[in-house]
Amino acid sequence: MRYSGWQVLAQGIMGNRGWRPAWRDPAPKDAYDIVIIGGGGHGLATAFYLAQEHGLTNIAVLEKGYLGGGNIGRNTTIVRANYGLPGNSEFYSHSLKLWEGMEQALNYNVMHSQRGIINLFHSDGQRDAYARRGNAMINQGDDAILLDREGCRKLLPYLDYEQTRFPIYGGLYHPRGGTARHDAVAWGYARAADQRGVDLIQNCEVTGIDIEGGVVKGVQTSRGAIRAKKVAIVVAGRSSQVAAMAGMRLPIESHVLQAFVTEGLKPCIDHVVTYGMGHFYISQSDKGGLVFGGDLDFYPSYAARGNLPMAEHVVEAGMTLMPMIGKARMLRSWGGIMDMSPDGSPIIDKTHVEGLYLNCGWCYGGFKAVPGSGHTFAHLIATDRPHEAAARYRLDRFATGRGLMDEEGTGSQHNLH
Amino acid sequence: MRVDGRGLIDRSQPVTFKFDGRSVTGYKGDTVASALLGKGVRLMARSFKYHRPRGVLTAGSEEPNALLEVGQGAAMTPNTRATVQEIYSGLTVQSQNRIGPLDRDLLSINDALWPFLSAGFYYKTFMWPRAFWEKLYEPVIRRAAGLGRITRDASPERHEKAFAFCDVLVIGGGPAGLMAALTAAKGGADVILAEETPELGGRLLSDGQEIDGTPAAYWVEDIVKELQATGRVRVMTRTTVTGAYDDGSYGALERVARHVAPADDLPPECFWRIRARQAVLAAGAHERPIAFPMNDRPGIMLAGAVRTYLNRYGVSPGRNVTIFATNDDAHRTAVELMDAGVKVAAVIDSRTGVTAKGDYRLIEGGQVIGTKGRQGLRQITYRAGSRTDTLITDCLAMSGGWNPAVHLTCHLGARPVWDADAKMFLPAPGAVPGLTPAGSCNGAMSTAACLSEGLEAGKAALAALGRPAPQGVSLPEAEDDPGRTQALWYVEGKGRAWLDFANDVTTKDVKLAAAEGYASVEHMKRYTTQGMAPDQGKSSNINALALLADSTGRGIPETGTTTYRPPFIPVTMGAMGAFAEGHGFAPERRTTSDAAARGRGAPMIEAGLWFRPSYFPAPGETTWREACDREVAMVRNAVGVVDVSTLGKIDIQGPDAGAFLDFVYTNMFSTLKVGRARYGLMLREDGHVMDDGTTARLGDHHYVMTTTTAAAGQVMAHLEFVAQGLRPDLDVRIISATEQWAQFSVAGPLSRELLNGVLDQPIDDESFPFMACGAVKVHGVTGRLFRISFSGEHAYEIAVPARYGDALYRDLVARAEALGGGAYGMEALNVLRIEKGFITHSEIHGRVTAHDIGMQRMLSQKKDFVGKAAAARPGLLEPGRERLVGLRPVEAEGRLTAGARLFKEGDPHKRVLDQGYVTSVGYSPTLGHMIGLGFLRHGPECEGQEIVMVDHLRKVKTRVQVVNPVFFDPDGGRARG
Amino acid sequence: MLIPCPLCGARDSREFTPKGHASYLDRPAEDAPPQAWNDYLHLRENPAGDTRELWFHGAGCGAWLVVERNTVSHAVTGARLAREVRDAG
Repeated sequence: MRYSGWQVLAQGIMGNRGWRPAWRDPAPKDAYDIVIIGGGGHGLATAFYLAQEHGLTNIAVLEKGYLGGGNIGRNTTIVRANYGLPGNSEFYSHSLKLWEGMEQALNYNVMHSQRGIINLFHSDGQRDAYARRGNAMINQGDDAILLDREGCRKLLPYLDYEQTRFPIYGGLYHPRGGTARHDAVAWGYARAADQRGVDLIQNCEVTGIDIEGGVVKGVQTSRGAIRAKKVAIVVAGRSSQVAAMAGMRLPIESHVLQAFVTEGLKPCIDHVVTYGMGHFYISQSDKGGLVFGGDLDFYPSYAARGNLPMAEHVVEAGMTLMPMIGKARMLRSWGGIMDMSPDGSPIIDKTHVEGLYLNCGWCYGGFKAVPGSGHTFAHLIATDRPHEAAARYRLDRFATGRGLMDEEGTGSQHNLH
Repeated sequence: MRVDGRGLIDRSQPVTFKFDGRSVTGYKGDTVASALLGKGVRLMARSFKYHRPRGVLTAGSEEPNALLEVGQGAAMTPNTRATVQEIYSGLTVQSQNRIGPLDRDLLSINDALWPFLSAGFYYKTFMWPRAFWEKLYEPVIRRAAGLGRITRDASPERHEKAFAFCDVLVIGGGPAGLMAALTAAKGGADVILAEETPELGGRLLSDGQEIDGTPAAYWVEDIVKELQATGRVRVMTRTTVTGAYDDGSYGALERVARHVAPADDLPPECFWRIRARQAVLAAGAHERPIAFPMNDRPGIMLAGAVRTYLNRYGVSPGRNVTIFATNDDAHRTAVELMDAGVKVAAVIDSRTGVTAKGDYRLIEGGQVIGTKGRQGLRQITYRAGSRTDTLITDCLAMSGGWNPAVHLTCHLGARPVWDADAKMFLPAPGAVPGLTPAGSCNGAMSTAACLSEGLEAGKAALAALGRPAPQGVSLPEAEDDPGRTQALWYVEGKGRAWLDFANDVTTKDVKLAAAEGYASVEHMKRYTTQGMAPDQGKSSNINALALLADSTGRGIPETGTTTYRPPFIPVTMGAMGAFAEGHGFAPERRTTSDAAARGRGAPMIEAGLWFRPSYFPAPGETTWREACDREVAMVRNAVGVVDVSTLGKIDIQGPDAGAFLDFVYTNMFSTLKVGRARYGLMLREDGHVMDDGTTARLGDHHYVMTTTTAAAGQVMAHLEFVAQGLRPDLDVRIISATEQWAQFSVAGPLSRELLNGVLDQPIDDESFPFMACGAVKVHGVTGRLFRISFSGEHAYEIAVPARYGDALYRDLVARAEALGGGAYGMEALNVLRIEKGFITHSEIHGRVTAHDIGMQRMLSQKKDFVGKAAAARPGLLEPGRERLVGLRPVEAEGRLTAGARLFKEGDPHKRVLDQGYVTSVGYSPTLGHMIGLGFLRHGPECEGQEIVMVDHLRKVKTRVQVVNPVFFDPDGGRARG
Repeated sequence: MLIPCPLCGARDSREFTPKGHASYLDRPAEDAPPQAWNDYLHLRENPAGDTRELWFHGAGCGAWLVVERNTVSHAVTGARLAREVRDAG
């Protein structure tokens, strides 16, 4: 059933009794051409693009919990293409273009809102580093504007320009950046993949990967064995455990990243704003809550919850930057499990097992990557060749040192990205 | 209306406040909600989506409806619960989320459009045309959504934050909490008793009960006295424990002065970080509404809340009250209202075979199926068996039973456990280590059981602390009947039945979600927004999941709850982030020359946490460039003085100090002679450059390392890691001495002349050649002298104990000025170092190798060192990497900008053709044009080539020549000479 | 979170900085094969459960500790000085 304003009107008049399920609830078949392990944003997008772009529909997405139950539903919803290094630059640029057509492609309103992102800087050195990044963005074909202090004041009049500990020198403005309604992205991809014939199987945990002679043959699950010609692992937060089923040890450490939302407020923050001297980024959801976050808690964790020190640091950074938020109240805090990689950039690659593909290591940049990741991963699975926008996301780059994408320049320690 | 003879309010103290511009008078002890109800005001708010008229549902912090803006101007705080805000003279509150007056909100048009605003409708529309989302749909939605307002100014309010420690934290001051606190304190434990409301007693103050044969309120008074007598209990009222974290860590929000007029000497709120060795959760329970049709009108509230208004505030929310009960407990409401002289229209009980507890009309097997009253309840329709009838009533007190407040037990990830008999979720055993739930949050639904569980929890906490149970704490006698409850989550019928009042989620929405496949409880929540409002679904989540369970044919335990997350109640950000406003966010580090530099009018800039002078304006200079050019020339021609104390100074001692340095630096230090300094390059273990600096050998077993200002902390931690973790075989000790020494660079051709004026023993080239170091006497004070240069000039760094820094700096600058020189700042320092091609963290930004900066020869082949193996990875050695070069404009007036990109001439400015970037630039007054450092593919191999520098952002495009990064004095004669 | 520093006693995690798995102590020899170095620098067991990891008591005594901790429950069950762990082999 097609969604539209007319449909909403018509169904409303008829008592909203005619809406059909957004997706089926099929039992798993014995065999598929492709099994995707992980029904999060990336897995669902992969399934959709396999069907949409490559005409492959004999696919199962296996999800141990509910669709979109991982980081796709726990993030701060920021969408951007403002990276500085080759590899990330072309990938996120590609992903942002897919975002820009997502509602129409999926027939689902994910509320992608290109309200603009401003990364504030607080020293000459930081300004120059942002300028380098902004120029790289423009070379890539994306948009960037270097704002001075007065330029920031026009867009963000509520920042503290007078008393704050680290004065605001300016900001790198990325007008095409913005936010989206995170759950809707998962649901939109799920519905669109289901409509194209993909089986979305929830409450189905993969317990083993069947490999014979170096070739993948299928998976063992809590709902029985499923044969498959190709198996794709896309399970951020559990990547190490699932890859271990195929005998792999990954360059991944799992960390918790907290995020926060306030009670609803009338519009007061119109952009996405990031602070350059502490870990703090914020935007306001369409519903009115201020959604904000900071850095990792820094210790490895699978607990999807954090502790007070980082929560306090994040709020403190907000208070020095935009003291108006002191009047708002934090409503809820939560945590997501991040696949932290040694250079802060992800992995989309084949593995040593024929027919087994790996997508992991998104650190805390996975949300904006969803369409790009799904699209390029689908390309890799379907063609066995990397998509040009994701060709640098190789698993072997750490061993060789070639093409490392350490945007922060913090080195190979996982929790520093 | 007020009821005589009831309540804990002080009727001798009338208090007048303003609600929506009108003066309202209540009594000391009233909340806004009780005062308004006392005046017969039921309409207090508009709902989030449909803008329906709303009154209070509850009498506590879980209130979903009556949210208000409190205060005025920049201090106005939105979304404040009328049920929590106490009144004081001068208080101003207003209703929120409305256009026009509260009783004529223009947005109530939404209520007529409800068929089109069902769950998730926005996912299905607003997609065409695409550009309209940002331009039209989203702005309209944003304006309509949201709740209260905040102004964009900083609030004048100053909250606080504090730490507290205790043996036992008791969360909740009701019967269970009081018994737990008393038991723990009498057993010798230090106790914090945190109670959300202004008074201890919990539901004992709301329900007319007896304990040990006296009214419960008297018993509470006695216990409070006993608690105080122990001297071990810190009672924190108006304090809500908001979160449970690891290892007995709890967050708590105290409303210190929200109940009195703002005063300068009181923080409005304080956020506490409490570390408790043991804790008792006695948080009570939240009463459940019933989702019957049109159950949201002002005047419909919870039965327990009605008792609270009656017994705590002396208010009856209605003159003619009807009770809709599923349980025995709600019958108390009827009994107590009648005792107080309030008319009870009827008790409608969904059960049959119930006996009335008083002389009221009991309608058995009944359910309310409809209501009337646009801005307040006037009439209800009920069904009992096959009979349908109406009742005129202005208040409907409903009770669907109670939900234990298990929230804190879930904060570490545990899920509550469904008790099928009691029809409630209970805390999972051992959910939070060290936290014992007691009382109704643990499912104990009689007062006697609460008291008993509190006592046992107190004992359990003592046992965990290794303390015996105390003598002399006995269990008082109290009512022991938990009553019976029938599960009635929702009532089918015509019209909308609200589950989540705050987010306007109705039973239709949950059914729609189930029908559309959003069948997981998390899907349902996220699709309908059930439980995502300021009350976090405290009164509605269980009803909603029960309906979802029915709609999907699953049971309640299979459906499960959504995740309970901290904070338990919303926490004011100003309190959680207290002290961070303005300069409070981070410490300020000032060098010993700070006052002198400011005194000379130098603008100070941040360097990490430090402040350093940018430049020293001279009379007649109008721009920083003029000052900078002068200061550079001064250093090149005479002598300049700059404070370099911010650089990390690490003292390294021990027999193996040399071997240790050999391991952390790429080059050799064990071979360095005593009395000499050497430049060192330090890698991370991943083969990239971490930091650089000079290290001096002061003795056989004694070195002093300098680090960059930026990396001082990181290097210190790294050295400790190497010493303790990688090379414990080496006998070496390390300590940071950055703050202990004030250190100044004296640079320029006249630097020695200047220094000899302050040194007790003059130096010359022979006694102090380039890269020499050693102890010196400075005006009789023992200091250190290093002949090192970051400017390329004949230069020294002189260090004295920090207490002499101010004096020495002023002396050095005065002497420099006498020699035609003076103080210089960061701008000049930067130009001087770029002229010499010296790198800073602008260049060693974390992605460069020794090879990239032309220092591959510093990688010793004779020894292992940190980063050696990883630096040999093929990808780190490729000649095509971006490597350090110097850049000069082809035209003398050409402009260079840091952050610009480099392209071959004629190439389109596309990423794939990008050749590198510019990291540092400056105008060289020495050379008369701009100079820059940057990284270019193939780097030094391109020297002499002309390429193009492109800065899209600043709209600069300059032809530049690739040159050696050392622009000035390439053979280094000036520094040595 | 409380870290039981062997020198200072149980201290709030605010005083510490975590680095990563205790395998950072097992630095390969200079001439170890590249795979050994790749393992050391990048690859991780990354257990969902008990782990041993390095914490630096930077706002305390300056000791590097090997902390035994559970990554699912966050329960800390012990801490030793990294120096002693190394000495013990």
